[in-house]
Amino acid sequence: MTIEASNLSFRYGDKPVLREVSFVLTSGRFHALLGPNGAGKSTLFGLLTRLLALQQGDILLGGQSLKKQPAEAMRKIGVVFQQNALDLDLTVRQNLQYHAALHGLSRKEARTRGDRELERFNLLDRANDAVRQLNGGHRRRVEIARALLHEPSLLLLDEPTVGLDVASRKALNEHVRTLCEEDGLTVLWATHLIEEVRTDDRVLILHQGQLLADGNGQAICEAEGTRDLAETFHSLTGAG
Amino acid sequence: MKAAHYWHCFVGIQTREWLRFWQQRTRFASALVRPLLWLVVFAAGFRAVLGISIIPPYETYITYETYIAPGLCGMIILFNSMQGALSMVYDRELGSMRVLLMSPLPRPFLLVTKLLAMGVVSIGQVYVFLLLALLVDVEPPLWGYLAVLPALILTSLMLGALGLLIATWIKQLENFAGVMNFVIFPMFFMSSALYPLWRMNEASPWLYWICQFNPFTHAVEAIRFSLYLEWNPMAYGITAGVTAVLALLATAGFRPQRTRIIGASKPA
Repeated sequence: MTIEASNLSFRYGDKPVLREVSFVLTSGRFHALLGPNGAGKSTLFGLLTRLLALQQGDILLGGQSLKKQPAEAMRKIGVVFQQNALDLDLTVRQNLQYHAALHGLSRKEARTRGDRELERFNLLDRANDAVRQLNGGHRRRVEIARALLHEPSLLLLDEPTVGLDVASRKALNEHVRTLCEEDGLTVLWATHLIEEVRTDDRVLILHQGQLLADGNGQAICEAEGTRDLAETFHSLTGAG
Repeated sequence: MKAAHYWHCFVGIQTREWLRFWQQRTRFASALVRPLLWLVVFAAGFRAVLGISIIPPYETYITYETYIAPGLCGMIILFNSMQGALSMVYDRELGSMRVLLMSPLPRPFLLVTKLLAMGVVSIGQVYVFLLLALLVDVEPPLWGYLAVLPALILTSLMLGALGLLIATWIKQLENFAGVMNFVIFPMFFMSSALYPLWRMNEASPWLYWICQFNPFTHAVEAIRFSLYLEWNPMAYGITAGVTAVLALLATAGFRPQRTRIIGASKPA
């Protein structure tokens, strides 16, 4: 499913946070949204997930407008938030069932799909454990499994590796890439960590609310005359 | 979206609230201490001071404990609703709210269902309170326990919607202490929960009119009358009307960006 954002601008009061951001995400690809803290990534995610109302511009998901057909669009989106959105006192399965119910799935369907996702994430044996008993990496996996329960076409991850150790970060990143390849999922992975991005990824660099680069990582480096993405990121944003 | 989707969603939200209730049952039990103290200690002290004449829906002289029990039922719902609404947009429930708002179902439906689910847990507490009140001889008719249910549901929805409205739009009241001082206590004290309105009228006519304009008064009266199997169309009508208006305002005006739902810190 292609995602088309056109002319997105957003301001909190007088403070502009996004300025005329436009991009197209290609179906079935891994996209990295790279930007330093405060670049506007979370605001962009807020708009994509309808937590923030569009002020200017529109977002089309598979041709359907988020403004005009929000329900249809939301069915196609799976989200992993930056902050934990799991209920720590409930079990893994109860968390999944809550999400499934919110998407209108029956308990039976929720159970079948939930177990299938947990098996895929090697977490089926933890299904009846309270989320509080899981380590950070496993919690993140549960959040991704949950985001996939209603079989979305687009998976949005807002700095999903925050708070994880290096090994868990790497594993999670690779796992999502596998999902992308195997399921044809369109992925938008927001991060400020350059090591989570590969040169053959489609890269969008956001800085102070403006999209400074959009294209294949390698091509961006060549256009900027830099050796690698880290250098590109530094030269464009002064960070990294 | 089909009706079955709405139903599964409704059941899912209710189930989650009950699971949380069960996880935190000690906290919920301790929340009963407040109304029980009012019933046992405050009422015992005031019984001698405040004489209660025969007023509808009561058919005979009643003890002060009997008089304030319906008001304390309202108080349980009032505290829970305000606390619940604040936690929806400011602290404990933020993660759950993000997940809730990702549902493709309409937001007013999601928010009202969430408020109802929180209300159902409050109502459970009200029934436990009423059972304990039997120990101090507050004995409404048996069918009253069933007849009061619609009034309790309306009250919880009304106060939950009010809480959500306040929590979303009044930044100055974002902590529970503020809400307690400026919303809960004035609503509770300036109502018929603790004293009959005719007594209030004798003491101060303007205070009487404030109580009359306070929707909590009418919610308490709807609870009181239905608990004693009497029909009070005015109390019910006003409670239902105010509930509808507040639910509409709270859900239509709900903006996640006015809360902490979209991020750890609230945007300016």
